[in-house]
Amino acid sequence: MTPASAAGFCFRLLRRQLVLGLRRPVELGNPLLFFAMVVALFPLGLGPAPDTLADFAPGILWIVALLSNLLTSDAVFRSDLEDGSLEQLLLAPQPLYFSALAYVLAHWLLTGLLLGLVSPVFALMLGLAPAAIPALAFSLLLGTAVLSLIGGIGGALTVGLKRGGMLISLLILPFYMPVLIFGSSAVQAALNGSPAGPYLAILGALLCISIALAPMAIAAGLRISVDT
Amino acid sequence: MYFESLAAVVQMEGHGAFVWSAYFITIGVIVFMVYAPRRREKRFLRQLEGQIRRAEGGSPPSASKEV
Amino acid sequence: MWTLFHKFGSPPWLYRLSGAILRWLLPITVVALVAGSVWGLLFTAPDFRQGNSYRIIYIHVPAAVVALAGYYVMAIAGAVSLIWRMKMADIAMRACAPIGAALTFIALVTGSIWGKPTWGTWWVWDARITSMLILLFLYLGVVALYEAYENKALAAKACAVLSLVGTVNIPIIYKSVDWWYSLHQPASIKFTGGSTIDPSMLYPLLFMILAFYALFTCALLLNMRAEILQREQRTAWVRALAGERGGS
Repeated sequence: MTPASAAGFCFRLLRRQLVLGLRRPVELGNPLLFFAMVVALFPLGLGPAPDTLADFAPGILWIVALLSNLLTSDAVFRSDLEDGSLEQLLLAPQPLYFSALAYVLAHWLLTGLLLGLVSPVFALMLGLAPAAIPALAFSLLLGTAVLSLIGGIGGALTVGLKRGGMLISLLILPFYMPVLIFGSSAVQAALNGSPAGPYLAILGALLCISIALAPMAIAAGLRISVDT
Repeated sequence: MYFESLAAVVQMEGHGAFVWSAYFITIGVIVFMVYAPRRREKRFLRQLEGQIRRAEGGSPPSASKEV
Repeated sequence: MWTLFHKFGSPPWLYRLSGAILRWLLPITVVALVAGSVWGLLFTAPDFRQGNSYRIIYIHVPAAVVALAGYYVMAIAGAVSLIWRMKMADIAMRACAPIGAALTFIALVTGSIWGKPTWGTWWVWDARITSMLILLFLYLGVVALYEAYENKALAAKACAVLSLVGTVNIPIIYKSVDWWYSLHQPASIKFTGGSTIDPSMLYPLLFMILAFYALFTCALLLNMRAEILQREQRTAWVRALAGERGGS
């Protein structure tokens, strides 16, 4: 067997993660189901008046997307740590930076991408004006990628711990806040008839920074977690 | 000095309650900040001292129960 | 240079040095804090708009300034411990988190008390207050992560990574919160931002900021001493120290 190039290695890693995800379609649907259920909580809590709901819709949809991303990022590395394949990955000659990126990309494809594609349905249920829906979908697609990268840091730092679930949210929610601010502002801007482009551009900039830096932190976190 | 009497200092033209409560809460937190590590250090040294004395006593395990 | 560096890595040396420093720094800090407070509380004129309630500034602003600086101290200590694997940097980083959290807490509480007479409410979702709240969360996150790890050496490494991530993020968070606030700023609340501060008010404020830095240093050293003893409890010098206390 010839030694794999870094790109080929990452591609295979990505495919492996995707196959593993697709083999468990129920788990794939869990974040979406969670999204739907929490969206259903808001009319129950705030009252069904369409005006109120439409006012709060950008914020609601963004917060719920953020939470469902948060809950899944706990599991990104967990099963691979348990069966030892993570340790193999750390020993592999390929740079951990790109491997970490492959993990995060797989996570985003299985959660953020689906969430972004499904979000228009929930937006309509909450009475969001159709004009704002493209902005919502695009901001979610860009924003959840940033969230996945940041969540990967939290996942890497807590994967070695037995009780990671609550801790990870304490660690990374503060870092989610800028994404929430710009994401919901993009939708708000589209609602008010102003262009959402600048906000999407800022989200894109955040994505660039986090692609550059987050994999390093994830790699460092994984090295620490494998030691435990 | 800006104020004329002690009563004026306490009152601060109606803002006394706010100003003084802010200062007293701060004092409380600062005292805790300085006191907590000192207490931790003292308690730890006392524990260790007890451990050493018990070990030095060299007596069988029954003696260590006295301390 | 390198001998000094190695000395800093030596726990007994640092323990003795910090004891010597604290012997004079702690009294100076207490005197400075009291003197600065008396100066600010009694010897300055009240603000012409806010009256006497502005006197809270002499603890609010220093606490906020030092709390923010403390995060950078923590991150730098974390970086040093990651790069050079220096045990003392670990300990310093660990010691920063609770102190920073306490200072942030002071800043938030005093800000809230100040807000009541000035704006009429205890809490406003103003950019600066929200940023301070997030800073508190960041500090508490570091404390929580440290406590979650059984192995304290790994805990320190994990916290170092987290605090470095935080350092990159803090400017982004601050800018985004600032921007968010300017977007939603309610017209009814006016801030004194941009107004110049009279020198008679500025000097005690600067003095208090210095005093709070000294306080931070004292608390840092005290926390480090306690931590050093606990980590080194099996070594001869700590046992000798405990024995000395027992003998006297």
